[in-house]
Amino acid sequence: MSQFKMHLLVCAGTGCHSSQSDLVYEMLRDEVLRKRLEGEVQIIRTGCFGFCEKGPIVKVLPDNTFYTQVKPSDAREIIDEHLIKGRRVERLLYLDPETDEHVLDSKHMGFYKKQLRIALRNCGTIDPENIDESIARNAYQALGKVITEQTPQETVDLIKRSGLRGRGGAGFPTGLKWEIASRNTADQKYVVCNADEGDPGAFMDRSILEGDPHSVLEAMAICGYCIGATKGLIYIRAEYPLAIRRLKVAIAQAREYGLLGDQIFGTPFSFDISLKYGAGAFVCGEETALIHSMEGKRGEPANKPPFPAQSGYLGKPTNVNNVETLANIPVIILKGAEWFSAIGTEKSKGTKVFALAGKINNVGLIEVPMGITLREIIYEIGGGIKNNKKFKAVQTGGPSGGCLTEKHLDTPIDYESLTAAGSMMGSGGMIVLDEDDCMVSVAKFYLDFIVEESCGRCAPCRIGNKRLYETLDKITQGKGKQEDIEKLRNLSQVIKDTSLCGLGQTSPNPVLSTLDNFMHEYMEHVHDKKCRSGKCQNLLYYVIDDEDCVGCMACVRVCPVNAITGAKKQTHYIHQDKCIKCGACMEKCQFDAISLVNDYPREAPVMADA
Amino acid sequence: MEKRTGIKTLADLKRIQEEVSRRISLRDKAENPESLVQVKVAMATCGIASGAKEVMEYFVLELDKRGIDAVVTQTGCMGYCFAEPTVEITLPGREPMVFGDVNPKRADEIIERYIKNGELVDGIIPQNYNTIES
Repeated sequence: MSQFKMHLLVCAGTGCHSSQSDLVYEMLRDEVLRKRLEGEVQIIRTGCFGFCEKGPIVKVLPDNTFYTQVKPSDAREIIDEHLIKGRRVERLLYLDPETDEHVLDSKHMGFYKKQLRIALRNCGTIDPENIDESIARNAYQALGKVITEQTPQETVDLIKRSGLRGRGGAGFPTGLKWEIASRNTADQKYVVCNADEGDPGAFMDRSILEGDPHSVLEAMAICGYCIGATKGLIYIRAEYPLAIRRLKVAIAQAREYGLLGDQIFGTPFSFDISLKYGAGAFVCGEETALIHSMEGKRGEPANKPPFPAQSGYLGKPTNVNNVETLANIPVIILKGAEWFSAIGTEKSKGTKVFALAGKINNVGLIEVPMGITLREIIYEIGGGIKNNKKFKAVQTGGPSGGCLTEKHLDTPIDYESLTAAGSMMGSGGMIVLDEDDCMVSVAKFYLDFIVEESCGRCAPCRIGNKRLYETLDKITQGKGKQEDIEKLRNLSQVIKDTSLCGLGQTSPNPVLSTLDNFMHEYMEHVHDKKCRSGKCQNLLYYVIDDEDCVGCMACVRVCPVNAITGAKKQTHYIHQDKCIKCGACMEKCQFDAISLVNDYPREAPVMADA
Repeated sequence: MEKRTGIKTLADLKRIQEEVSRRISLRDKAENPESLVQVKVAMATCGIASGAKEVMEYFVLELDKRGIDAVVTQTGCMGYCFAEPTVEITLPGREPMVFGDVNPKRADEIIERYIKNGELVDGIIPQNYNTIES
């Protein structure tokens, strides 16, 4: 085994790197060499600890000491005191803000509690294609407990008490949903798992199905027992081939063990699960559209009532739950409602899985207790904004959500607070935007998606969103007028009020929330013909610098639309009204006299030859 | 997965659970150097897209070729998308270590330095979350 007695782990994540962690590494290495400890001490660069606020970070193994905000000048002290004399360097230890005491090792540090994995408890630890590993981690214990020891009503009450709410985004209380479905009598009922994850930038349901399929199967069986259903269906998009394969394997193994099928655990209760493939239409995540799609009809939503709990799949009472909602169920049953409801905020219990994407250093899948702040997610778990750019906004809840900005950074995240801030929980996609993103273009991107995905059944969504998109497009082209902004607002309100389903009712959210938070960007696009982030192609201008231009005529000759004027040996000028922004002049110029700017250039000089 | 007869009662399930967890914890807590090294490769769609399959094959072939007793298994997403492919390695009697951005070249370094000698190599990903005790 290794001859090293000690290891120093130096964070080389982007966040720490920007605060000189590479220098810290070099100083530590030099100091180790100077003290001739290279045979006993190994210095390693690691990935991000997810604690960039306090970087650079140095961790000492085997004693797990965690030093924060280490400067290159501290290297000698760490080596002399800690490694040679065995005394921790107190002043560099992490100071717990609550107790105001130094924390000796990372096991006791609060920031590790920032993430708590409940729904993802087995993802990345078990082999999803081996049921034994799931059973070792307590799979099917909750099902066994429920069907041999509890009545359906007791179980429903337990879920109600836990405060679990739908993780698909809308946050309807799960226990209540089950209760309504259980009260309707019918010769057959259905449990449906909604695995039609369609939000741009969201991948948490896929990860759960690929990493821990049994927890979802088990939860569906539990739901079946509670509402009196014997059949479960998983509606999953065909674009998830790996998740489909693992589900098939998991179902086959569970059947072989007798954990699905007839008379489970020797009781009269029978339950089986089959898969239904969706073609990947976003609207099919809406439960009534999903049910239509499963029946082989067009994936269009229906009016509610009747709710699926009264008349759903094939006209029978049907309970539809999202993947992540289901993944929480077995744990709640084994650990109790009180345990679960102790996590989170007053009205939003438990944790939420977010897919963290966009301009953030640690793109990844995180699971955090409700009530955590955006600041903690972005700067501590996510490792801050890429390339040290300035944070601008976070888009949550996909195309139905909105953006949260600087002023929301310290708002505790739960269903209500996100709605109050003009966004929504949504399924959990979280896209981080920085100063280089144009908010008008972001709204346009989502509207483009919505226009693409609207099923066309109701006019407000089919026609209204198309008009919203066109108006936004006009603004990004630099052709917008003040009345377009009024139009956006009024039209959004009408679409919100009159659409048939959740897709249409929430589709203007990206527009409304960018209008509320970034009106100045709209104004700049409309009045100054300027896009501050330089994203809108049409609002960038090729200009010639008087100082650098030698009047060689190269650009004049290459311009395909004759937008450049100027005589030989005189400064040339680009006429913006003619310029088609092809960039040929900039490529041709030998003197770097042509640049691309986002401020509308000065008036043209009076030309003798113009 | 072993061939088993169906689970007829909750007691059956508990028995199997104990049996399996004993086997797994033996694997985890083994102190003797001859016991197995465990290699878990994160094989969700994201991992596979960044080359996890190739890495897993490399580990299987090379560990065998170099005569190291190891179990190589696949697992789901560890959540470190920014560092895929990710691999968790548990040496007998030691805490699991997660390595990020593992390609065959890095896998070779991990086998030679970490698995054979217990020397850490660059690119370790510190665990940044708690999981509930299941």
